[in-house]
Amino acid sequence: MLQQIEGSQAIAQAVALCRPEVICAYPITPQTHIVEGLSEIVREGRIGNCQFLNVESEFAALSVAIGASAAGARAYTATSSQGLLFMAEAVYNAAGLGLPIVMTIGNRAIGAPINIWNDHSDSMSMRDSGWVQLYAETNQEAADLHFQAFRLAEELSMPVMVCVDGFILTHAYEQVDVPSQAEVDAYLPPFEPVQVLDPADPVSIGAMVGPEAFFEVRYLAHHKQLQALEMIPRLAGAFARAFGRESGGLVVPYRTEGAKTVIVALGSVVGTIKDTIDEMRAEGTEIGAVKLATFRPFPLAELRAALIEAERVVVLEKALAAGLGGIAASNVRMALRGLSTPVYTVIAGLGGRVIPTTSLKRAFAEAHADRIDDPHFLDLDWKVIDKELARAKERRRSGPIAENILRGLGLVGQKLF
Amino acid sequence: MTQRIKFYQTGTFTVGNRLLDAERRTVQATVDRSNSLTSGHRACQGCGEALGARYAVDAAMRAANGQVIAVNATGCLEVFSTPYPETSWQVPWFHSLFGNAPAVASGVAAAMRAKGRTDVRVIGQGGDGGTVDIGFGCLSGMFERNDDVLYLCYDNEAYMNTGVQRSGRTPPGARTATTPAVGNKPGAEFGQGKNPALIAMAHNIPYVATASIADLHDLEAKVTKAMAIEGSRYVHIHVPCPLGWGSLPRDTMRIARLAVESGLFPLFEAEHGEVTDVTPIRRKVPVDEYLKPQRRFAHLFRQPPDRESISAIQAIADRNIAKFGLLRQEGEV
Repeated sequence: MLQQIEGSQAIAQAVALCRPEVICAYPITPQTHIVEGLSEIVREGRIGNCQFLNVESEFAALSVAIGASAAGARAYTATSSQGLLFMAEAVYNAAGLGLPIVMTIGNRAIGAPINIWNDHSDSMSMRDSGWVQLYAETNQEAADLHFQAFRLAEELSMPVMVCVDGFILTHAYEQVDVPSQAEVDAYLPPFEPVQVLDPADPVSIGAMVGPEAFFEVRYLAHHKQLQALEMIPRLAGAFARAFGRESGGLVVPYRTEGAKTVIVALGSVVGTIKDTIDEMRAEGTEIGAVKLATFRPFPLAELRAALIEAERVVVLEKALAAGLGGIAASNVRMALRGLSTPVYTVIAGLGGRVIPTTSLKRAFAEAHADRIDDPHFLDLDWKVIDKELARAKERRRSGPIAENILRGLGLVGQKLF
Repeated sequence: MTQRIKFYQTGTFTVGNRLLDAERRTVQATVDRSNSLTSGHRACQGCGEALGARYAVDAAMRAANGQVIAVNATGCLEVFSTPYPETSWQVPWFHSLFGNAPAVASGVAAAMRAKGRTDVRVIGQGGDGGTVDIGFGCLSGMFERNDDVLYLCYDNEAYMNTGVQRSGRTPPGARTATTPAVGNKPGAEFGQGKNPALIAMAHNIPYVATASIADLHDLEAKVTKAMAIEGSRYVHIHVPCPLGWGSLPRDTMRIARLAVESGLFPLFEAEHGEVTDVTPIRRKVPVDEYLKPQRRFAHLFRQPPDRESISAIQAIADRNIAKFGLLRQEGEV
């Protein structure tokens, strides 16, 4: 049913339709509205006997999900930013144990300086933990990915993160088609765990493994990711057939036919990029885009096929590998290895810095003319940088950088808009 | 009113079992004991934790009619019982991380509630490090939510699995790898550490008890009682560690008993935050008797002995005795 609804509420309804048995959560902005929505749905008794646990930390939230999942229950949690880092140990543990937990990430920057706004630093930090990572472009996709996430998780017995841009999606109201329970039930079968804690058949789970077998266990985690690479397009196809709309998949091209420059990006910024491409196409620029709907497993072959005709590739990403540049860009270069195609990195939107089409258009045009620096920091205020660097050079005890910059700007928050 | 059996009538605990009614005898004396932690594991000779876990989990199994799921924190108990691909556990057993056993146990309990399996009971267990230090946040969360979990802490007073480093339960004066017996103030600092049983009580959970392998009957009775209660329950079990304490494996029981008899490890029960029962000391011993057989305290008895530290430890024992009323007057039961 079509609803004009907040992204978080759409996600909450989608998760509820998946009939989770245990939901555990610790509040962190911008994830809060999702779990608030779910707590209400559970209290109203709309998910049968589902248990909702308010825990004392994100570390506990994922740990409760781990226990519930190992005991055979469909388990869900959600977090953001510092919360994801606080549960980092359990993130790796859930993957190592092969537990099909689904977790929504309301993507948000990582401090210091503390910042509640959107970028992808949080989920990118966990990219190699063994979880599948799906990135939503719209709130419709954010909702739909949860149906696919539970099915994928449970078929392969591995955890899945659904990454949803904080505020930009989680707090945005737009039209979302929330399916019926019957439709979801037809798509998502009940959870049948591969191994379960059961007094009738006592097993030990989580034993210590030494050098003689650990390597093979780790390889099999990689193998599972490769299996996911095959399964994700199949599940997305089955989803499209059942629900009559496209959501998810591995890579989704946009106007790449005859494109000399192709932009690669993840998440909601793909929408802004599409608008920019429409404008530039209208002006005769041969430009297109490829959305990375799945970041782990990384679709090397599919991405290479989508980019093979491009003369240059621009990876626009909301994360920064300090000391290197782009994270996604490095992965894209691996997909293009052996080719001479230049891959430019554009770092954008860190800590919620707005990414306007005008800035994108300027950067893309420079890239199209092979004149862009690499990595390029979109709309970075170099005057501010130079001033702070000069201050630090002049005086060793130059004080806290963030405060100095804000004092220098004489404004707080206004940069957002 | 039923008469309370006094084991010391026979002068020893070992024959006490035969004086009891069949249903009150130790679970280990029955042929249908569950052997939850069965033989073949790799615990050290004289390990107090292996003994404590065996009695505690078997008692829980009997109380729950065999319907128990156990969650274990990382630590000695986890490592010595489950070197892949072997396991000594004959209960469904799950290990996730060092600091999250209470939360994982809460998750298992939530799953059982969701599935309507009210017959299945969940226990969490770990050492003092995993419980009172790194896992304390999760433990407190489990308590305040009153999740239906019995948590068993096997307290050997240091991080034994990593090579005997100080924990929040390391007693003052004790030598560990990170509180070496050197300098002016050898061993662990005085005035530090925490009492998790009292902190558990502050959560007003339905049941808290301390127990010791010195009195296995009492340990079993407390676990059995805890299993009859719903909600969060905590049993803190004192388990000497020959390796970490520098004691003889054959002295494990003796040292555990001296900890109780000296007043350093008071045995008590509490319900909803109030102490309901204490185990009186039969024959009070000076703390020297407890400290001397342990090399971790050897520096206190060099010539000349560190009377100041020994007196400070005696004062701790005396405070415990006064606080919990561990010395009963003649004729008092």
